[in-house]
Amino acid sequence: MKKLLAYMKGYYKECIISPLFKMLEAVFELLVPLVIANIIDIGIANKDKGYVIKMCLVLVAFAIVGLSCTLIAQYFAAKVAVGFSCKVKHSLFSHIQSLSYSEIDDLGTSTMITRMTSDMNQVQTGVNLTLRLFMRSPVVVFGAMIMAFYVDRTSASFFDRPATTFVIAIPLLAIIVFSIMCASIPLFKKVQMKLDKVLNRTRENLSGVRVIRAFGKENDEIGEFKKEASSLFSAQTFVGKISAIMNPATFAIINLAIVMLIWNGAIQVNSGSLSQGQVIALYNYMSQILVELIKLANLIINITKSVACGNRVQAVFEISPSIKDDALDTAPMIMSENAVDFRNVSMTYLKASESSLDDIDFSVKHGETVGIVGATGSGKTTLINLISRFYDVSSGEVLVDGINVKSYRSEELLSKIGIVPQKAVLFRGSLRDNMKWGNENASDDEIIEAIKSAQGADILLSKKEGLDFFIEQGGKNLSGGQKQRLTIARALVKKPSILILDDSSSALDFATDASLRKSISELDFKPTVFIVSQRASSVMHADKIIVLDDGKCVGIATHSELLKQCSVYAEIYASQFGKESIA
Amino acid sequence: MKRSSTLKQVFHYLKKYKLYMLLSILFAAVTVIFSLYIPIVIGDTIDLIIGKDSVDFKSIGRLLTTVAIIAVGVAVFQWIMNNINNKIVYNITKDVRNEAFEKIHSLPLKYIDSHSYGEVVSKVITDVDQFADGLLMGFTQLFTGIVTIIATLVFMLTISWQITIVVVVLTPLSLFVANFIAKRTYSMFSAQSKTRADQTAIVEEMIGNQKTVKAFSHEDEAIEKFDIVNDKLEKCSIKAIFFSSLVNPCTRFINSLIYASVALVGAFMAMGSFGSVLTIGALSCFLSYATQYAKPFNEISGVISELQNSFACASRTFEFINEDSEVADSSANVLDNVNGRIDFENVSFSYNEDQKLIENLSFSASHGQRVAIVGPTGCGKTTLINLIMRFYDVKSGSISVDGSNIKEITRHSLRKSFGMVLQDTWVRNASIYENIAIGKPNATYDEIINAAKLSHAHSFIKRLPNGYDTVVSESSSILSQGQKQLLCIARVMLALPPMLILDEATSSIDTRTELKIQEAFSLLMENRTSFIVAHRLSTIKEADIILVMKNGNIVEKGNHDELIKKQGFYYKLYNSQFGVMEESL
Repeated sequence: MKKLLAYMKGYYKECIISPLFKMLEAVFELLVPLVIANIIDIGIANKDKGYVIKMCLVLVAFAIVGLSCTLIAQYFAAKVAVGFSCKVKHSLFSHIQSLSYSEIDDLGTSTMITRMTSDMNQVQTGVNLTLRLFMRSPVVVFGAMIMAFYVDRTSASFFDRPATTFVIAIPLLAIIVFSIMCASIPLFKKVQMKLDKVLNRTRENLSGVRVIRAFGKENDEIGEFKKEASSLFSAQTFVGKISAIMNPATFAIINLAIVMLIWNGAIQVNSGSLSQGQVIALYNYMSQILVELIKLANLIINITKSVACGNRVQAVFEISPSIKDDALDTAPMIMSENAVDFRNVSMTYLKASESSLDDIDFSVKHGETVGIVGATGSGKTTLINLISRFYDVSSGEVLVDGINVKSYRSEELLSKIGIVPQKAVLFRGSLRDNMKWGNENASDDEIIEAIKSAQGADILLSKKEGLDFFIEQGGKNLSGGQKQRLTIARALVKKPSILILDDSSSALDFATDASLRKSISELDFKPTVFIVSQRASSVMHADKIIVLDDGKCVGIATHSELLKQCSVYAEIYASQFGKESIA
Repeated sequence: MKRSSTLKQVFHYLKKYKLYMLLSILFAAVTVIFSLYIPIVIGDTIDLIIGKDSVDFKSIGRLLTTVAIIAVGVAVFQWIMNNINNKIVYNITKDVRNEAFEKIHSLPLKYIDSHSYGEVVSKVITDVDQFADGLLMGFTQLFTGIVTIIATLVFMLTISWQITIVVVVLTPLSLFVANFIAKRTYSMFSAQSKTRADQTAIVEEMIGNQKTVKAFSHEDEAIEKFDIVNDKLEKCSIKAIFFSSLVNPCTRFINSLIYASVALVGAFMAMGSFGSVLTIGALSCFLSYATQYAKPFNEISGVISELQNSFACASRTFEFINEDSEVADSSANVLDNVNGRIDFENVSFSYNEDQKLIENLSFSASHGQRVAIVGPTGCGKTTLINLIMRFYDVKSGSISVDGSNIKEITRHSLRKSFGMVLQDTWVRNASIYENIAIGKPNATYDEIINAAKLSHAHSFIKRLPNGYDTVVSESSSILSQGQKQLLCIARVMLALPPMLILDEATSSIDTRTELKIQEAFSLLMENRTSFIVAHRLSTIKEADIILVMKNGNIVEKGNHDELIKKQGFYYKLYNSQFGVMEESL
């Protein structure tokens, strides 16, 4: 959390003004019982109506001053809290943008989103509340005690003083309030856990309703659910019992303290060292502290939560990207006949025990089409991610156009490569804007041409807005097949020299898949193409097929050669076409 | 659901706890009245503390003892009351939830299929919680609030009607101010939440798809887009937060004004103005009432909106509970010693009236035969499974197993006679062991391992961190899709029912695992009548009966050779899916 506080820079003035004015408000509140005491002891005792009116106007003045102080304090608190959190959010967002694939995998997208949203909101609330209340509550509680001693300054000895009651009552109340809160927080967490269990069982029963009915397990499930619901019930009533102590206990203590206060006060009045009005003032001070103590306890819980959230946010800041652009200059141009070379490449993911790619070695010439096949988890996606240097190899080298990918600046490298990822992702915005991700300066004609090559002409025809068609978040208003073809088009708009299709025709039927492959082979900018697929039919026409099995390359050759030499390939082929088709 | 009927149902659940409710109301009244009586006693005490050497310690002692006893008594009663309230509310939560959960298992599948899980879960969990929260608030605050207002009014009137008027006339002012601010800030709040939603959308989109953003070197544009919304949010948030935080200080300000007015009028009365004389103690009592009186008003307006919300939630849950259940079993006939003959006779079915699906379908499968269901994706192959398992009832015609109409045997015994492996695998949050044993809870460890071995699941289970005791769940990534399917096959392998319904895997499973699943399937199908939603050519060719589906209808049936000869839809389908590839060899 500490490092986050650096973002407070520029708000120091506000950070002082806000609590200061909040404190002033509290001080004016604390003066009220004194005024009342004077009304009683001076005004009423002397039947001085003018004095009473004057004092009541003072009360009104206090109220106005108090209100203005609060307004100032709260305005600055809101300004600091929001300003601070927006600054942090900006830096956090930029920081996340700088992370490489390894860190993204490690953190997980849902974690990053939570840090950016709910955690940051909690931090903002925490800052706001701290500025507003952290000075107020202690000032009221201790101020009331100090004022009590001030009112009671003439009493004889410390122990006879009515004000001494405060010294006993405040710690006692504090102990009760805080211990009940501390005791119930973990219990509330337990309740939440049990509730989650009940929730998960409900969800599980819905998704598995057919299986449960097929096995005739309905009654067992209901029995289990009732058990869990009962256990939730006991947890709830137990924590209920404890938190139900708070109000009655503090009520009893405050009133007992008042009894003691008045009794001691009566003794002092009898001896002449205290007036009736002053006893009332003491009584009023006692009533003021309870509310503030409970507020303070809630505030502390809130701050603890915010600090925890702040620490989680800071932890994200402390992650630094593993891949940095070391290359300062643009890479030298070399005339290489190979578009991509893998030289004895092995790759192990962060925190993984086994390697995902093992000693991969191959070369691809400009304009060639390469198919990559293998079972799920065999390393296909890992292999193509190395070409774009989304991950760094553990050993060996990856060359693009004859130059090690590490010698490129990332933007320069990526400008050569068009990627169609497995998951067809489109962004909220017009179709045109989405296509321009590939090339900011692309003309409408170029975009339409790319969409046509990606077999998406019918999509354009079906949308009367044409390129202005508005795509919802996540491409919700498009079908799976439409999204897939548009992501292909987006990569084509770039006219990359290397085109990578990562299992990106899975939602297309066989006929469309075939014509897509045909149109890619006819592209005028003649890219080197990598096609990753589960389907043998998608890769069998490639110039070269790389067969991966458990991270190892078990065959690099053409379709017909592989059928003869490579048993893994033959197996894949057979499973899709039937054994007889090989013969 | 109308509010009156919701209310009626709420009372129906409350009825069980009548006695507790009576106690709760009684205790609430007692605690409120006595706690409000304390300032009066203290006022009386203060009146006895007049000045030097004129303090009546005996009376003061008696009065203060009364205060102490009341204070402790009120505290004890309040605690008991709180516990009673908790008990009522949590019990009702439990009752409603149990009933809602039971409903899940008696509802026709039609309901579950046509509502999202999230929707049902929120009816069973979140809505019930909201309802409970509202009910608890209603119990603790609404009733005590009303009693507080009335009791304070009565107590104030007994002391001085003049000051009472001051308090009663001025208090609504604070409600008015609170309301005024809330209305004015509403638009700022909606602006804030809209901008915040925009920001969350950008965050989810850009960070959720971070890899794509990076692949297109689009980071700077993303940051730029984010900053625009971030700056906008900063402006709206400051406004919304500041203006909404005005409510508290402003009502506090009004309360201070009331306090000053009470002090003014009270002091004048103490000096003998306005006809009657007020004691100092009574003035102090009024001052403490003046600070408290507005509180229940502010609370009650909150409670009422909370209660409205809670009733809205309750009505959603009740609506769910009141849904029609599946038609009860018409007879208690149990299906046993199944041979495996299945007859469809003139079966017609559709999910909704205006869209015809299955029309007059008849076919028979005898013991041990294989029925393959083929067709393009989305043609309604699962409909047939739904009918055979009686998840849905036929519109007309009949389905019979071993000659008895499935409507005339218990659903339980019908369903238990089928082993079902769906492509949509379902594993529950439990150990692998428990997951396999679902169909046969008393199975021995050896039986389970044997079933796992036969279904090729043993080797991967063995390699899991805790073997058969590894806890898996729907969302955990310990198991791949294919492994989950093997686990489901092991389940059926253990229970070994006389008939099978299998849904073949499609491309999401890797080839190696798929081969294993095939082997497991073939082993299962030996001597069992089976229905297979088939994707693989070999399965289709080997089937005794092929049902060809198109747009929900069964357009052709027969074996492979017959259908090829016919040169109909099957012939076309066969050529488009498998022919292209053979051609390309």
